[in-house]
Parts: sequence; C-alpha cells; structure tokens
Amino acid sequence: MNKKGEIIIHLENVSKHYHMGDSTVKAVDGITLSIKRGDFVAVMGPSGSGKSTSMHLIGSLDLPTKGRIYLDNHDISSLHESDLAQIRGQNIGFIFQQFNLIPTLTVKENIMLPMSLQGYSIEEREMKVKNLMEKLKLSERANHFPNQISGGQQQRVAIARALANDPEVILADEPTGNLDTKTGEIVMDYLGELHKEGKTIVMVTHSPELAKTYAHIVYWLKDGKIKKVTKGKNLKAGKWKGE
Amino acid sequence: MNYFLLALRNLHRKGIRSWLTLLGICIGIAAVISLIGLGNGLNAAVSSQFGVSSTEVISIQASGGNFGPPGYDVITPLTTDDLNAVRGLSGVEFAIPRNIETISIDFNDKILFTSATSIPEDYEDETYEISNFEAEQGRLIKSGDSRKIFIGANIAEESQTNFGKQLTVGKTVTILGEEFTVIGILKKQGSFVVDGIVFMYDNDLESLANYGDEVDIITVKARSKDLVEKLQEDIEKLMRQRRDVDKGSEDFTVSTPAASLAQINQILGGIQAFIIIIASISIIIGAVGIINTMTTSVLERKKEIGIMKAVGAKNSQIFAQFFIESGFLGLIGGGIGVIFGIILGYFGTFAINNFLGSEAAPQINFLLIIFSLFGSFLIGALAGIFPAMRAAKQNPVQALNG
Repeated sequence: MNKKGEIIIHLENVSKHYHMGDSTVKAVDGITLSIKRGDFVAVMGPSGSGKSTSMHLIGSLDLPTKGRIYLDNHDISSLHESDLAQIRGQNIGFIFQQFNLIPTLTVKENIMLPMSLQGYSIEEREMKVKNLMEKLKLSERANHFPNQISGGQQQRVAIARALANDPEVILADEPTGNLDTKTGEIVMDYLGELHKEGKTIVMVTHSPELAKTYAHIVYWLKDGKIKKVTKGKNLKAGKWKGE
Repeated sequence: MNYFLLALRNLHRKGIRSWLTLLGICIGIAAVISLIGLGNGLNAAVSSQFGVSSTEVISIQASGGNFGPPGYDVITPLTTDDLNAVRGLSGVEFAIPRNIETISIDFNDKILFTSATSIPEDYEDETYEISNFEAEQGRLIKSGDSRKIFIGANIAEESQTNFGKQLTVGKTVTILGEEFTVIGILKKQGSFVVDGIVFMYDNDLESLANYGDEVDIITVKARSKDLVEKLQEDIEKLMRQRRDVDKGSEDFTVSTPAASLAQINQILGGIQAFIIIIASISIIIGAVGIINTMTTSVLERKKEIGIMKAVGAKNSQIFAQFFIESGFLGLIGGGIGVIFGIILGYFGTFAINNFLGSEAAPQINFLLIIFSLFGSFLIGALAGIFPAMRAAKQNPVQALNG
C-alpha cells in the first residue's frame, strides 16, 4: 500500500498568478516537482521567490491558476474548498513560523482542534492528545494558554497539533524563524524524529545550513521558478534508503 | 468542537465591548419582562380606583349638557325623584343615593380639607356590600348613629402629619362647625379617593351642606349580571324622558365599572404598546450592534480563521462558530435583560402596593422568560448570519496572512 518512495505529491507545470491592479504577479510560474513518500524536502530562496506560495499549493491551502496538483494520484487542483479542508485536516499537518496557535484555546485544546474538526470522539481525542503531549514534553502545560508559554513551547504545541490527525505530510514554513538557535535546534530535532518515523516533510527555510543538514533534496526557487535542485546531506534526519 | 465554550472565551476576551453590544437587547427584553411583571400591579391599581368591586353596579351622574357657550354650562342635578323613578324599573335590586361634599375637619386645632360621602340610612348594608367596606378599627355606622362618622384609612394614617396628633376611634372632630365622633376606621381600599374621605349618614351631611333633595350619584345594583346591559339602556331611556333630552345630547352619564375598566384598560394597552415599540426598537438597535461587533470580530480574527482552515475547518464549521457566538451574544443580553426585568417588575409592583395598599403579586411568566431567552439567542444568531458567512468565505491564504 503506502510504500516509501512512491510519489505522494506531484506538481505539474503549476502557476499561481495574482492580479494587483493592472499588473499580474507571477508568484509561482510553471513549477513541476514530485515529492516521494518519506522524503525530507527543503524549499529555499530569497523573499518573494514563491516559497510560501508553493508551500500553500502543496498543502492545498490554495488552488493553482494553471497546472495540476496531485495528492496520492488524485487531482486536487480544482476541488471545492470543503473538500480541500477535508484533505488538509486528514493528510497534512502545518507548522508555521508564527506558531499560529488559537489564543483562546489552551495547549491541550489547540492540539485537539484538528481532531475535533474531523469529529473524533472525546475518548479518542483525550487518548491521542495525552500521547502527543507526552511526546513533545507538554503535559505540564496542558491547561496553559499560548500567551503563557515560551516560543519554543508554542512551536512544540504547533508540532503536536500538526500530528493530531496523524497526517502523512508535514509542511513547515520556516519553523525556526522565530526561535533562537538552541530552541530552533530542539524543534528541528523533533522534525528529524518525525521523518525517521516515516513522515514526509516539506520545509521552507532561509537557512542553507538547516536545509543541508536535515533535507535530502533542496529546491532553490527564484522568481517563482525552480532554479536548481541539490541533494542535502540529511545528516540528522536518519538515513532514508529509497529505491 | 465545543462552540459554546469558545464563544464564551471570545466574548470574555472582548470584554467591555461585548457588554456594550448587549445593552440594546438587554433593555428591550427587560422592558418586556418588567411590563408583564407589572401587569397584576397595574390591574390592581386600576380596579381599586373604582371603589366598587361588583360588576352588577351601574352609576348615574349628572353632567354638563352640550348646550350653551363654554363656561355657561349648568349642571342640572339628579334628585330623589329620579332615584325613586329608577327604583321603579324592573331589574333593579336596589338603588342608593350618594352625595359628596367638600368639608373641613378640625382636630387638635388644625384643619384638613377633604370630602365627605353620605351613607343613606336604611341602605347601609347595601352600600357596604357594593363598596366592600369593612372596619379596620371600631365599626361602620349603623342605624341610630347620629353625629358619628367613620374615616378612610389614609386620614387615620396621616393624622399625625396633618393634625399633629393621632386620630383614633372615639376621638371627636369638628366638621364645618359641628362635632362628630369617630367610631371606625375603614380598611384600606387601595383607592386614594375612598381612603382619603369621611363617611356619615345622609341626614348629617345634609344638615351640613343643605343639598335638599339633590343627589350627586345614584348607584344601582342589578338583580343579575345578565341584566346590567339592558338595565343600563332602560335607565338611560328613563333619564332622557325625565330630563327631556334627545339621544346623543344627554346631560347625564350612566356608567358601569366594566365599561370604565375597559376604557382604562384600553389606555393601559396603549401604554403597553408604546413600551413594546420602545422594546422592539431597543432590540433592533441591539441586533445592529451585534452585526457590527461580529463584523469587527471577523476582521480581527481573520488570522484565526485562516489557522482554523489550515488545520481542516470547513466553511460550515467556521460559519457555525461565528453564528453560535453571535447567538450567544444575544442570549447573554437577553438573560441579563430577563433578570433586570424581573427585578423591575418586583420593585414596580412593590411600589404600587405600597402606594395603594394593594396586595398584587408580581407576575412571573416562565413561558415568556423561556421565549425571551430563545428569542434573544435567535436575534443574536440572525444578526450573526452575514458576519459568519463572511468569516466562512475567507480565502485561507489571505486569512492566514492577516
């Protein structure tokens, strides 16, 4: 069934154009790429290169202006918003630079949120959230609100939330961008750990260092196009042996 | 997801602004609930002013005719002949004359101006019956009680203030130069007319005021309730003949408590309608306030909406959250309004009782309360429809970017 090395996400000549007044901004301009199950992919590039937009397209947060996007061989490029929400909820976990926790929910409730949206029973949610909080060392913070915990802790909550529905793909948009080096490393180690466990990880980053250390494949973007593709060392993420 | 908990947290987060939004709904619901709560009190207030509780009673009074220039109206008084003629009608159980005169009471060297009403000798019991008179202290006057009076409850109560001395049973007062003995104090009737006057025998009042065979009011009791309407017509016909006036230009009035009550109830109904209009306006303003607050809330929480969508929230789920939150806003407003309304109803009824000496109970209509709460949730939720739709339709990427 879901074997490592199979293509899980495929972008076929994908473009995303925005209209701003009279001009058209080509945020993403004809990208074709494939991400395999179990990959650790880094997306690099300067500001405005289309990193975040391609991330949104990969994560089905946005629909392409042109081209096709396949998730598990299903064309998702023209699905309705509710179907996309379903896909995001079940197959994709987002980690953001700004952590993006819901301020009115506690740590525990934030982690439970994706499960609640998918309609899991309270018993299931309680059990899963307990495991996740233990895994990310958040048990003592269960009833704190986001503004009561540190940035590193908030990002760990975000990771736990991303894992809530056990998705195959984790999308991390500059996950260490708002953290100091040490906390950033802890967060990256968690991502490395998840990769070892078999998750497919796509990470947008500014740091060539991080990209080389953790990823197998690094896509370098510029002006919405793929400039070059290099191999990462994937030193810390465990050795993945593909086909 | 626990929408209700989330809604409460968000309301709490917004603090004072939420509370201000609630004010409109709150005032509207409070007005409605207190109005209903006061209902009994208002009815008691109105009914008590008639001094008669029996519905078989008809009153005849002389009034100004429609002729003559203003200021030249001469009232032709009723007489004992009229009384006797009325007594001759079929359907009359009894008819009693009443005279009301302005008097002064002299007691402890202080003077109080008020009115005295005559009690016809031989018809004391009938008078007491239709007026529901009972003595609180001492007794009411009975046959042979010449130069004796009983007084309304307020005269006794306020005697310390008016005369500087407590007026009690057994005391002697001077009325228009003649001495009278107080033999009883009337039980409080809840009407400031009845509670503030003096009662004495017809002979005594006539000797003071010399009204001869004139009668101010003829009070008629019908043999049964069913006869009241017919009897009223008969009396009107008889009086037209006796006073030689045409239909439509009567110089007298024949009224029944039921008719008067209906008239006053109509006025009360008008006041109630007015309050309900004000309440409705408050509620509409409240609804607009909720629309405004929720619209702002959607803008403020745009990023939150983006996050929710990123972690799998469908449009319908986002809609539900804002819709319920908005409904909650209305419900809390309504809830506070209900509490205030009940308190107002209680205090208002208490004030009326205190003023009139009545014993009306505040009305608590549980069905109305439940209806109000449900209604305020509904108003809030309806007001939240457009903001919630706006929230649901946010593009996830744009929302995430704030």
